[in-house]
Amino acid sequence: MALVTSGPGASNTVTGIANAYLDSIPIIVLTGQVPTHLIGTDAFQEVDIVGITRPCTKHNFLIKRVEEVAKTIHEAFHIARSGRPGPVLIDLPKDIMAAVTEYEPEPPRKIEEESPRPASKKAFYVMDLVAESKKPLILSGGGVILGGASEELRQLAWRTKMPVSSTLMGLGAFPGSDPLWLGMPGMHGTYYANMAISHCDLLIAIGMRFDDRVTGKIDHFAPNAKIVHVDVDASSINKNVMVDVPIVSDCKSALQSFNALLEQQNFSVTDDQRREWTEQISTWKRENPLSYCQSDTEIKPQFVIETLYKLTKGKAIITTEVGQNQMWAAQFYGYDEPNTFLSSGGLGTMGYGFPAALGVKIAFPDKLVVDIAGDGSIQMNIQEMATAIQDNIPVKIVLLNNGYLGMVRQWQQLFYGKRYSSTDMTYQPDFLKLAEAYGWKGLRATKPEEVEAVLQKGLAAPGPVLMDFRVSREECVYPMVRPGGPIHEMALGREMAN
Amino acid sequence: MEKKEYTLALLVSNKPDVLARVSGVLGGRGYNIETLCVDATLDPAYSKIILTTIQDKATIGKIEKQLMRLIDVHKVTDLTQVESVSREMILVRMKLSDTNKGHLALIIDTFNGRVITMNGDHCVMKITGDREIIEKAVASLKPLGIDDMARTGIVSLERKIN
Ligand SMILES: Cc1ncc(C[n+]2csc(CCOP(=O)(O)OP(=O)(O)O)c2C)c(N)n1
Repeated sequence: MALVTSGPGASNTVTGIANAYLDSIPIIVLTGQVPTHLIGTDAFQEVDIVGITRPCTKHNFLIKRVEEVAKTIHEAFHIARSGRPGPVLIDLPKDIMAAVTEYEPEPPRKIEEESPRPASKKAFYVMDLVAESKKPLILSGGGVILGGASEELRQLAWRTKMPVSSTLMGLGAFPGSDPLWLGMPGMHGTYYANMAISHCDLLIAIGMRFDDRVTGKIDHFAPNAKIVHVDVDASSINKNVMVDVPIVSDCKSALQSFNALLEQQNFSVTDDQRREWTEQISTWKRENPLSYCQSDTEIKPQFVIETLYKLTKGKAIITTEVGQNQMWAAQFYGYDEPNTFLSSGGLGTMGYGFPAALGVKIAFPDKLVVDIAGDGSIQMNIQEMATAIQDNIPVKIVLLNNGYLGMVRQWQQLFYGKRYSSTDMTYQPDFLKLAEAYGWKGLRATKPEEVEAVLQKGLAAPGPVLMDFRVSREECVYPMVRPGGPIHEMALGREMAN
Repeated sequence: MEKKEYTLALLVSNKPDVLARVSGVLGGRGYNIETLCVDATLDPAYSKIILTTIQDKATIGKIEKQLMRLIDVHKVTDLTQVESVSREMILVRMKLSDTNKGHLALIIDTFNGRVITMNGDHCVMKITGDREIIEKAVASLKPLGIDDMARTGIVSLERKIN
């Protein structure tokens, strides 16, 4: 929930709302509005926030009578959480907020949006496809996590021995340490996830929406596969990729009915039946694992994350900013549980990770919460360092400080002849002094051998800590599918090592 | 893919802002609404919006699904896919002169139109028909001196009870 003042307070929520809209995150935003009799008069601090946020909310309301407040709030919570979740905004004029009324509890209006389930005929058909398939693959997305269906996903994968890849928003639904795990697909996905998609004969896509960063060139996406697509939002189906079996259903119901059928049919598959496919995938994994060039002199950002993973044994909740830091956090930290990786997927909003970390830490005070950040992104909401002190929220920031808006610099390097423009961040605050100024602890590492010690110290310290890792400045994220290219054509980084 | 004019009927809540939400789904994607008709249904809590837009088949399907995501949109029917009847009405104000009166009477007769008011040098008349008829009527009236006109856009209804 967010509560903001009218005018600029309301308009400042737009990016956050759009962010939640694209990632289907249920939030309620209460915005102040000028008194009802001043609406539409260009009054002081008046903006038409209902108009401004119409295309980026699931729904929004302008309340004009105090009697509508209770009903509207019930309805807003219902809308935000049902079906495909999303942000709901309620605009509250000042006179309405100050007015008094009797609260009469009433059941919220029923909205025809109950969770749809797959028709059983379709579930049968899907299980037939699974039985016939020689090279099946599950591609899961944020919907599985939002729908609380990770356990069901695991059951399906383990019983059928189908390998699993998850989109950025889906990381953690399937354990990152499981042998069936393929990593993330798409632009900065693993070689083997992209190859598996390109060669599978059955793709079961669950709770994901075939974002262009995942599919690459559509014509070459899973060209040999029958595609099953389960999504709660009918408009996501056949939007980008034409599928063979569309199933409008929430992920949990669909997975439950698949699993129930497997149980009923006493389904089993031997290692032998999967051998060819498993071996093929192992070969891809062996040929091109996720990797980077370690250095004795420079800190590699990937090394920082690997070390963080080692020290936390994968048990931290990670939030990320946006850019290279985000991709490395997705690639080099293993997520074994849902809701342990929080990132801005659809909108890619720099500045998301730090406030998100604060929220997570409040919700899970016993968990270690780490924001993996870039030096550009962290400055988008840096003022919240004061919030962390004021409300005693001991989060950790792992700053992969490359002195660049790194991801944009990477594109300028690879696609625009190294003509770096507006991406140099050499002129940045001294983050140690900044941390101190806010009452945080600040630590810095400039050499690879300092990385582990700084992380150990920073993670062990009781309060909020900012760890400034001066990383290799021009490191690029690999593998990389060029924008608009087919996902089986990846630059692996080795050829660009110079 | 081939484009044609599709007619959608939307059952929506009869509330402020609903039309803006609906038109935003099309406008935000750069699609034009060709015609638009709205009024309350028998149940005044709901309105029916009839709109037409020129699209290919795949796109109109996506638009329907996006419209269904709106909380205040309860039903979307593609009237182009079912047997339906469509009409449009046009009001035309004509300048009258000795030279065009005769011809005008003929046109009104041909298109089953009616003069609603007549006032010395001008008249307002109406013609009802499907889109093709209205286009033809406008084409015939144009040379006689149309002063101004207003079109309702298309209203359409399924032919059968379902
Ligand atoms: C609010 C916002 N503005 C601009 C962008 C475009 N953008 C994407 S990544 C990026 C660079 C991020 O730099 P930094 O935070 O230093 O992270 P790095 O890529 O170096 O890890 C930019 C500017 C964005 N995603 N969000």
